[in-house]
Amino acid sequence: MTASAPADVPAGVGEPTPAAAASPLRPAGPRAGRLGRLGRARRTRPADLLGLAPFAAYVAVFLGAPAYAVITAAFKDDAGHATLSNVTTTLKDPYRHAFTVSIELSVLSAVLGAVLGLALAIAVSGARRDGFVHRAVTTASGVLAYFGGLPLAFVFLATLGPQGLVTKWLNSAGYNLTQHGFVLWNMAGLVLVYLYFQIPLMLLVIFPALDGLRPQWEEAARSLGASRRQYWLRVGGPLLAPPFLGALLLLFANAFAAYATAYALSTGSVPLVPIQIGSVMSGNVLAGQENIGNALGLWMIVVVGLVVVAYTLLQRRTARWLR
Amino acid sequence: MNRRLTGIAATAVVLALSATACSSSKTNSGSTSGGTSQGAAAGAKDASKATTAADLGGMDALVAAAKKEGTLNAIALPKTWANYGAIMDAFTAKYGIKINDANPDGSSQDELNAIKQQKGTDRAPDVVDVGQAAATSGAASGLFAPYQVATWSQIADAQKDSQGLWYNDYGGYIAIGYDADKVKNPPTTLKSLDDPQYKSQVALNGDPTKANAALSGVLAAALANGGSLDNAQPGIDFFGKLKKDGVFVPVAATQATIQSGTTPITIDWDYLQASAATDLKAKGVNWKVVVPSDGLFGGFYNQAISASAPHPAAARLWEEFLYSADGQNLWLKGMARPAELPALQKAGTADAAALAALPAVAGTPQFATQDQMTAASKLAVSGWAKATG
Repeated sequence: MTASAPADVPAGVGEPTPAAAASPLRPAGPRAGRLGRLGRARRTRPADLLGLAPFAAYVAVFLGAPAYAVITAAFKDDAGHATLSNVTTTLKDPYRHAFTVSIELSVLSAVLGAVLGLALAIAVSGARRDGFVHRAVTTASGVLAYFGGLPLAFVFLATLGPQGLVTKWLNSAGYNLTQHGFVLWNMAGLVLVYLYFQIPLMLLVIFPALDGLRPQWEEAARSLGASRRQYWLRVGGPLLAPPFLGALLLLFANAFAAYATAYALSTGSVPLVPIQIGSVMSGNVLAGQENIGNALGLWMIVVVGLVVVAYTLLQRRTARWLR
Repeated sequence: MNRRLTGIAATAVVLALSATACSSSKTNSGSTSGGTSQGAAAGAKDASKATTAADLGGMDALVAAAKKEGTLNAIALPKTWANYGAIMDAFTAKYGIKINDANPDGSSQDELNAIKQQKGTDRAPDVVDVGQAAATSGAASGLFAPYQVATWSQIADAQKDSQGLWYNDYGGYIAIGYDADKVKNPPTTLKSLDDPQYKSQVALNGDPTKANAALSGVLAAALANGGSLDNAQPGIDFFGKLKKDGVFVPVAATQATIQSGTTPITIDWDYLQASAATDLKAKGVNWKVVVPSDGLFGGFYNQAISASAPHPAAARLWEEFLYSADGQNLWLKGMARPAELPALQKAGTADAAALAALPAVAGTPQFATQDQMTAASKLAVSGWAKATG
């Protein structure tokens, strides 16, 4: 395959893409066997672009068009005239504070979810792949990762709310949750609720990466005299870092955009950006302020965009070893 | 590996964007030119331009034109809300006109968005039932068609737009509902809720910056605590204090939270409480409703006809039906107080049994103007999270 690669490239298609230039054809570490074919860039033929068309159309319609609508509306007033007031208003309190709280909640639940999810994934990956534990955990994760909204809020109220089942058990055992400062409707409570879907989501996205770590590589490292710690530090860790960071980003965005659960549990007493967008976009109280919501949406896009940039830079650094 | 990660990153962006882009209403409403002259009634007179039934040649002509259209597109009318289930059934039974009730649990803003976004399609709403903020804003942006029902003079001047772009339909008072089996000393005033015996029990139906009843609850609390219709701050501070004392549970109260015992004391409109009581009784909850004597705050919802209604005659007939004695009494049976109730009582046509079932009210209720509601909502936007966080 490696030798025949240049033959795949039709003459005169153009300069190699930067990705192709940056990706040498020499075997890249222990992963070359598995991923060499995927990782090696090949010049794109026009026919290949045809296969991309449905995806591109999908992205244009469901991502491009709404994003364009949000961004342009953010710079208009209610009568449709150009203005900067939406974007500047949303930089001030109470919106600024909501961004702080939203980011705090998203980071906390993403980091905790990623770490706990990875730990769970490592624990389960030790089990036999076709065994009961492995299958039960992955199936359950597939369900739980997408359980959210009002039902999730109610599930937590029914277990850990003031009249919840667990709260009552603990009460009869002499432990009063509320007196010890636990409620569902503050930052800590919401992080706990969010972990309910963050951990399974982490497990789902990190599992393939963990499965890609072959036991032979650890055996090889050990037989060359590496300690377990050295293996994780020099081989396993660097291999897992890029997918881990990617999953972290996904979890961040997941929490950042979550809405209904937090609304039902806090009715705005924990100020979150999606809740404020909900108030101006689909409320019974505020009218004619939809463009404030669009401006908040614009800033959310900016925040996620910045996170993606930071991730890309970080990922490039951690992945250097792999090239 | 790179490819998969790019995929993850892309998914993340899609996730974030799909959440923020949930409703972008402004952009695509401008271009479509008003397709108001719809086929059905185009024959003799244009129903979409009629501002009274007489414009179309009287009630019989209106009924005939509406029957020809055959369908009415309603939106955001929950069957259990103010007896709307029975009202829609009665309308269909009387005129043989089918009602599509889109998005029954939608909000007022959802209704305005639907008028803008579905304009020109046959799914667009014909009539809406909206809070005061949406009524005023919809009228200002030209979304509504002016229409005056036959009983127009029986609606008080303060309760309608002078041109007939919107008109109060039914309303009620902020009330305290409680589970009589769990709350041994029922509260009778809002102020009395600030008591350790009600710890972890008191809730609103939502966020005051989003839910009309919640903002009204805050205004009622303001009235009870030295504030006024022009000053909602004492109400926000009151809930802040309840939160600090552990009395206020900031959970959006629903029948499910009531049934599970999470929100045994709930502040909401009396007519919603009263109809919830009927449902809750079947589930074994003994729900009682009291209108607090210290925060007597009233509010009305509004009817309006969409300017681009696909069924303009049916829309007008629906309003005539709602503002007939039958329609008004159906609301009354849902424990909501219809706008023409004083006139009905004077004429002796109000349903006596339904009237007697309403929660007792002592004193003079206060009604806020739209400006006062807007001022209160601004205070809530800037201060609610701060006070209750």
